[in-house]
Amino acid sequence: MTLTLENITKTMGAETHIDDVSISLEPGSFNVLLGRTQAGKTTLMRIMAGLEPPTKGRILVNGNNVTGMPVQKRNVAMVYQQFINYPSMNVYDNIASPLKLQGVNTAEIERRVKSTAELMHIEHLLDRLPQELSGGQQQRTAMARAMVKDCTLLLLDEPLVNLDYKLREELREEIPNLLAKRDTIVVYATTEPMEALLLGGKCAVMHEGRVTQFGPTTQVYHNPAYVETGLIFSDPPINLVKAEIRDKALYLASGHQVPLAGHLSNLANGNYTIGVRANHLSVDATGPDCIAMQGQVELAEITGSETFVHVHFNDVSWVIQEEGVHNPRLGEATTFYVDPKRLFAYDANDRLVAAPPVEIQNGKAA
Amino acid sequence: MNKITNNKAWFLVLPVFFIVAISAIIPLMTVVNYSVQDIFDPQTRFFVGTDWFRQVLEDSRLHDALIRQIVYTGSVLFIEVPLGIGIALTLPRKGWGVSACMVLLALPLLIPWNVVGTIWQIFGRADIGLGGYTLNLLGMDYNYSQNPMDAWVTVLVMDIWHWTSLIVLLCYAGLRSIPDAYYQAAKIDGASNWAVFRFIQLPKMQSVLVIGVLLRFMDSFMIYTEPFVLTGGGPGTATTFLSQFLVTVAVGQFDLGPAAAFSLIYFLIILLVCWVFYTVVMNAGKREEQ
Repeated sequence: MTLTLENITKTMGAETHIDDVSISLEPGSFNVLLGRTQAGKTTLMRIMAGLEPPTKGRILVNGNNVTGMPVQKRNVAMVYQQFINYPSMNVYDNIASPLKLQGVNTAEIERRVKSTAELMHIEHLLDRLPQELSGGQQQRTAMARAMVKDCTLLLLDEPLVNLDYKLREELREEIPNLLAKRDTIVVYATTEPMEALLLGGKCAVMHEGRVTQFGPTTQVYHNPAYVETGLIFSDPPINLVKAEIRDKALYLASGHQVPLAGHLSNLANGNYTIGVRANHLSVDATGPDCIAMQGQVELAEITGSETFVHVHFNDVSWVIQEEGVHNPRLGEATTFYVDPKRLFAYDANDRLVAAPPVEIQNGKAA
Repeated sequence: MNKITNNKAWFLVLPVFFIVAISAIIPLMTVVNYSVQDIFDPQTRFFVGTDWFRQVLEDSRLHDALIRQIVYTGSVLFIEVPLGIGIALTLPRKGWGVSACMVLLALPLLIPWNVVGTIWQIFGRADIGLGGYTLNLLGMDYNYSQNPMDAWVTVLVMDIWHWTSLIVLLCYAGLRSIPDAYYQAAKIDGASNWAVFRFIQLPKMQSVLVIGVLLRFMDSFMIYTEPFVLTGGGPGTATTFLSQFLVTVAVGQFDLGPAAAFSLIYFLIILLVCWVFYTVVMNAGKREEQ
C-alpha cells in the first residue's frame, strides 16, 4: 500500500496545527517523523490513521481517496507514548483483541498471538495483567497488539519516551528488525535525532506543522535544508553564527576569518548563517586547515562518554562535544578548533547553500 | 544484649492511646458492660450473661426490621450505583458544562439529613406539597402517612436524590483519569461502545466504585434521620429500619440491656459485610490478575 497525503491542512479555531503537508509513503517503508514537541507529529499521525479528518487536503491509499473513511475500516494500528492496554484483560487477550474483533477463528488467533508474543519476547507473560508488568513489558504488549493484525499502516507515537534508558535502547535496537520483513508502512514519531539515525529508513522533519524535508534519514542528516532542520536534527542543536562573505573570505560574527575553500569556494558575496555541529568542534586541532578560536568556558556538561563544553566569545555561543571526561575551568579562556571543511552554509533565507561532503562529515577523509 | 531500651517512647504513643480510648474503646466497653447486665439502679445490678443477646436475636420485630433494612439497602445500591455510573458517563468532558454540572450535582450532598427529610416531608404532602399534590392530581392515591408502600418508596427516593451525586462524582473522577489514548486505541480496534465501557471504563473505575459502594452501604444501613422526620418509622412499622428499632428499644422503652446487645450485633453486621465485600472485590481483582 502506498499512502499519499495531498496538501493536508488542519486548523483548530485560529490555530494551524498542520500546514499544507504533502508526502508519499512507500509500501514496506520505515518513516521517522522528527520534530520538536508541538511540531504537529501526533496530529499528522492521527490524520494518517483517520482518527481526525483534515480541514483541507486528501489522503490517498494506492491512489484511492480515503479521506472520509473511518479509522476502523483503514486497517491501521497505533502505539502510544503511554502504555495503552485493556486493564482487565491479560496479555494474551490484549494481543488477541484486534483479531477477535475482526472475527478471526480461535486456532488462528492462538497461532498469531503466540508467534507475535515470541517476536516481542513476552511469550512467558501471556497470562499476566498489564498492571503486573514492567513499563517495558507493557509497551511490548501494546506493540504486539499493534503488530498482530497485519495492518497496512503502523503508527508509533514516541513509543519509547516513557521507558527508562536501558529498556529504550533495547527496544530501539529491535524495532527496525521486527518490522523489516513486512509490507506495512511504519511511521515513527520522535523528538530525538539520535533515535532517528539509529532507526534509519526515511525521515520527515517537521517544524510548526510543516514537513520541511523528507528523504533517507542519513541524507537528511547530512544535508539539513533549513537552519531549523539543522537545529532539530542535531543534539545538541547545531552551532549557528552569522557571517559575511567578502573579498574571498568568510568573516564570522565572532570575529574569526575562514578562507573559502572546498565546498564553500563557490559561494557568492553576501550574508550567511554558518552552522557547525558540536561534534565537529574540538579542543585539539584535527587537521592542518583547522582554525583556532578563543572563547570563555561557561559550562561543561559531562555525560561520561562525552563532555559538552559551552564556550562564549563576542556574543556568540558554541557547544563543543568532546569524547571522554573533560574538566575545563569555568570562566577561563580556552582555544578550540573548527575545520572549515565541516561548515554548513545557509543563505539569508535560511536555506542550505553548501554542505560538507558526506565522507568529511563522517570524519573519514583526512 | 546491647539493645538500648528507651521507655520515653511510650510517652509518644500515649496521646494516640488516650484519644482512641476516649473516642472508641471506652464507649464501646460501656455498651458491652450494659449488654451483659440487668441494671435496676447503680447499686442493683445482675450479671445475665448472653440473655439479652438471645432475647434480641429471637425478637421478631428485629427480624422484620432487618429484612426491611436489607431490602432497603439493596434497593439503594441497586438503583444508585448504575444510575450514578450512567449519569457520570453522560456528563460533558470539557467546557463550561463541567463546572455547571459539578455544582448542580454537589448541591444535594451539602444538605443535612434532617433537612432532606423535612424537604420531602413537605414536598410529598397531598394538601400543600408540590409532589404529593401533583401525584394525587394525576389520579394516584399517594399518601405517605397512611400507605406503607408510599412511605417506603418516599424514603428510598429521598436517599437516591440525596446520594446518587456521590457515586456520580466518584465515577466521573475515575473516568476523567483515563487517558484519551485508550479511547483512540479502542476506536482503531473497532471496539463497540459496550466493549469500551466493559474493558476500559469499568476496570478503570473499579477502585472508586468500591469506595462508593462501601460508603453507600454503610450510610444506608444506618439510615435514621429521614424516616424519623418523615413518619417516625411508620405508618405502622413500614419504615422502621434497624436504627429506628434500636432507638425505640433504648430510648422509648429504656431497655438498655437489650439495646446494648443489639448495638453490638448491629456493629458486627456492618463490620462483617464491609469486610466480606472488600475482600471479595479485592480478591476478584487479584484472581483476574493471575
